[in-house]
Amino acid sequence: MRLAAPETVTFTQSGFCPGCGHGLAVRLIAEVMEEMGLSEKLLAVVDVACGSLNIDSWRFDTIMAAHGRPIATAVGVKKVRPGNLVMAYIGDGAAYSIGMAETMHTALRNDNVVALVINNSLYGMTGGQCAPTSLPGQITTSTPKGKDPKKAGMPFRVEEAFTGFDIAYLARASMADAKGMIQAKKYVRKAFEKHRNGEGFCLVELLSPCPTNLNMTPVKSVRRIKDEMIPYFPLGEFKDKKREE
Amino acid sequence: MGNKKEEKVYTNPARCKGCGYCINTCPQEAIQVSDHVNAKGYNTVVVDDSKCVVCGMCYRVCPDYVFEIK
Repeated sequence: MRLAAPETVTFTQSGFCPGCGHGLAVRLIAEVMEEMGLSEKLLAVVDVACGSLNIDSWRFDTIMAAHGRPIATAVGVKKVRPGNLVMAYIGDGAAYSIGMAETMHTALRNDNVVALVINNSLYGMTGGQCAPTSLPGQITTSTPKGKDPKKAGMPFRVEEAFTGFDIAYLARASMADAKGMIQAKKYVRKAFEKHRNGEGFCLVELLSPCPTNLNMTPVKSVRRIKDEMIPYFPLGEFKDKKREE
Repeated sequence: MGNKKEEKVYTNPARCKGCGYCINTCPQEAIQVSDHVNAKGYNTVVVDDSKCVVCGMCYRVCPDYVFEIK
């Protein structure tokens, strides 16, 4: 067994905080691209957020979209570069709040792009504000007394909203431990294979730690995913179009 | 997998940010924080080869690609 992160992500060091989940998600993408032999074919679209730090630390051709709109930009990129793989790499705030209209309409049209959503249950780069995915009672910089579901609503579960659309793939995995990483890689690979086959919109949500904004140690932040996030955000594949047919 | 004679875990301390995911995950408790501080100012980790069974769990959970198994 030889295990080494691909050169597409190891050629330099990233600027992420210690324990940040972006490093894990990026490695999954790089590994999948290397296994599929398509590292040079991937066009990534990133958001104005922590994920944009990848521009300097991965070798994929990258476009930075307007805040919250990487999925819409990715749809455009795919239309002009149909021979390439196109991925929107975004956070939960961009996918489910700022860019919800774009996410919804991409799902409605079943456009052939991959959306990788990094769900850390808050807005990371802006300083840890309450997001649609923040858990009830979660203390954030904009909910210092804890998120009140009566005022802000319950956290957004993507499978409840999107399984009704005619999309190709919808799955959620956790990046809290090695088992979760193996499952996450399987889902990411499946999404890219479906995308390559032109099956339509593939969304994979990855539950990610954000120790800095949760004011926790990295190890505590992954325990929080297992103890608090996974009970509310179930893992698994929610939509797999080809299998259903 | 687990061929102890041929395979080994190598670390790249310069990449380490000291998050501790590997220490938390290692089933053999073979990884510890060392006294070595890298250029970024983080205490790096060290693998005890006598305990390590080369399962690869540290590689899978490391967000900074410190580990390499070969």
